[in-house]
Amino acid sequence: MHIQVRNLDKHFGSFHAVKDVSFDIEKGHLIGLLGPSGGGKTSILRMLAGLESPDSGEIAFHGQVVNDIPPQERGIGFVFQNYALFKHMTVFDNIAFGLKVKKAPKSKIKERVMELVELTGLKGFEKRYPHQLSGGQRQRVAFARALAPEPQLLLLDEPFAAIDAKIRQELRSWLRELIERVGITSIFVTHDQDEAIEVADEIMIINQGRVEQKGTPWDIYKEPKTPFVATFIGESTMVEEASVLKGFDGAGSRGQARALIRPEYIELGHEQDFPILSATEEGIVRHLHFRGSEWLVEVEVKGRKLVTYRSLEKDTLQPGQEIRVLIHRAYLFNEEDSWIEENRLKVDPMPVMI
Amino acid sequence: MRRLWIGLTYAVFLILLIAPLSKIITSAFSGGLAGLGRALGRPEAMHALMMTGAIVVIVTLLNTLFGIMMALYLVRATWLGGKIKSLLNSIVDLPYAVSPVIGGLMIVLLLGPDSIIGGFLEGTGFRVVYAFPGMIIATLFVTFPLMVREVMPVLQEIGNDQEQAASTLGAYSWLTFRKVTWPMIRWAVVYGMVLTIARSLGEFGAVLVVSGNIMNRTQTATTLVYQDVENFNVAAASGVALVLAVFSAGLLLIMEWIKKRKEVH
Repeated sequence: MHIQVRNLDKHFGSFHAVKDVSFDIEKGHLIGLLGPSGGGKTSILRMLAGLESPDSGEIAFHGQVVNDIPPQERGIGFVFQNYALFKHMTVFDNIAFGLKVKKAPKSKIKERVMELVELTGLKGFEKRYPHQLSGGQRQRVAFARALAPEPQLLLLDEPFAAIDAKIRQELRSWLRELIERVGITSIFVTHDQDEAIEVADEIMIINQGRVEQKGTPWDIYKEPKTPFVATFIGESTMVEEASVLKGFDGAGSRGQARALIRPEYIELGHEQDFPILSATEEGIVRHLHFRGSEWLVEVEVKGRKLVTYRSLEKDTLQPGQEIRVLIHRAYLFNEEDSWIEENRLKVDPMPVMI
Repeated sequence: MRRLWIGLTYAVFLILLIAPLSKIITSAFSGGLAGLGRALGRPEAMHALMMTGAIVVIVTLLNTLFGIMMALYLVRATWLGGKIKSLLNSIVDLPYAVSPVIGGLMIVLLLGPDSIIGGFLEGTGFRVVYAFPGMIIATLFVTFPLMVREVMPVLQEIGNDQEQAASTLGAYSWLTFRKVTWPMIRWAVVYGMVLTIARSLGEFGAVLVVSGNIMNRTQTATTLVYQDVENFNVAAASGVALVLAVFSAGLLLIMEWIKKRKEVH
């Protein structure tokens, strides 16, 4: 289902939850709404479902405005954060509910429920009650129940929040595969960036009721459009005056700028490791943290602390050791603008042709 | 010292509960089984017990219906402002705080033959006060909080997630209530019904004021007991009282059983 949202606005009392939000979602896409708690993600999702009505703005499915259509008629499936399974019904009856409401023939209900039970790996659990299931199984039931009436749009509110970290990982890839197989347009809300990056085709970053950026996980990571997105996605350290760093002294040309530097923008090494030594800074290793598969290194450059990762294959550094630091690029921003700048000195000013 | 306390507790229990109960039983049977039969076979006793039975049935039905609706609106209605809701919520408890006699008096003042509404109804030939409708209203007034207070906490506890889930699956409000909300509140409703039956069975003050206690017309079992005692007909009073006590004991047993069911759920 193609979804258009235009100038959506919502207040809860004096709290302005959603501010002038507009976006388009193409048919068959899996979208993640990502942002800090209380940012308005769930409100947007609930307005799409018809569980809340917007103060102003338009929601259109397939080009038809659905603002005045009740949730019962919108053809959506909704998976609630706590699943909201019907406690007094068996797994079978939970999944069959939407079909029974539509008065589908009994044989067809049974067929469809068994198909979904199979698809969600719940075979053998049809007669159980929700309280007899594990968290992961409950989530699968909620998912099967939402899919049973063949909705055109699937909405998921923090679908993995109530599940153990270990099973969460498993369920994420399971969900992604399943949605791909069913081919349904889906939107899910999460505050976990790993989850959004891993599961979604496209991410919308939502903060304080606004869409900060929409794009593929890779685009957002590579080219954050606002400082909020840059700090929210991935790790980074902030340097207040970008111009003090070697190779970024031109930053001042656009006014005073601050720099965000991701760990992977930084390369550590000895003098002989860098072909153009003039592009590097002198640094001192301050702390080393073992992170299972690599070292997290805190290095001090001109009195500022930078953070980077270092492979276990390279020689182990010692705290207090002097080292060369090359900053490949930085995400720069000031009040008016933000941009990504490469280290100017990294490219040999006088290349020698061989 | 500890023994003294235990002994005292048992003594209080005995004096307050067991002794009166056994006194009623012995007194009811003071004329033998035939005496009890005669006491209950009096036309005014038969009429009073029928009256009580009719009040119990009608009040329980009405109170169940409106109690559930009131609880639903107080918990779920989004169109009621928070302040209005909390005001209504505290007014629901009014019958707990007001003496039933005063409750009955309010009804007489509002609907009695000398009042505007009562006078108008009287003109159309419909008598409220000193008649059956007034007794129903008085008993409803006294029992109203019982159902609301049983159902409301359950509704609050289950939240509206499941109801919203039902609505996204295409179910409108009546179907949602029947298939989703009702199965979760039904034991609370049954419990509220038992409380309502017990209360309307034993209601005295409000009914006495509203009914006028006219023999064979507006007399209930409790007001008959009162009148029998006034007339020094203690054996007959005990007979009717015993019937009420047996019913109440049965209700208590049912209540215990429901409590267990509620906990299971």
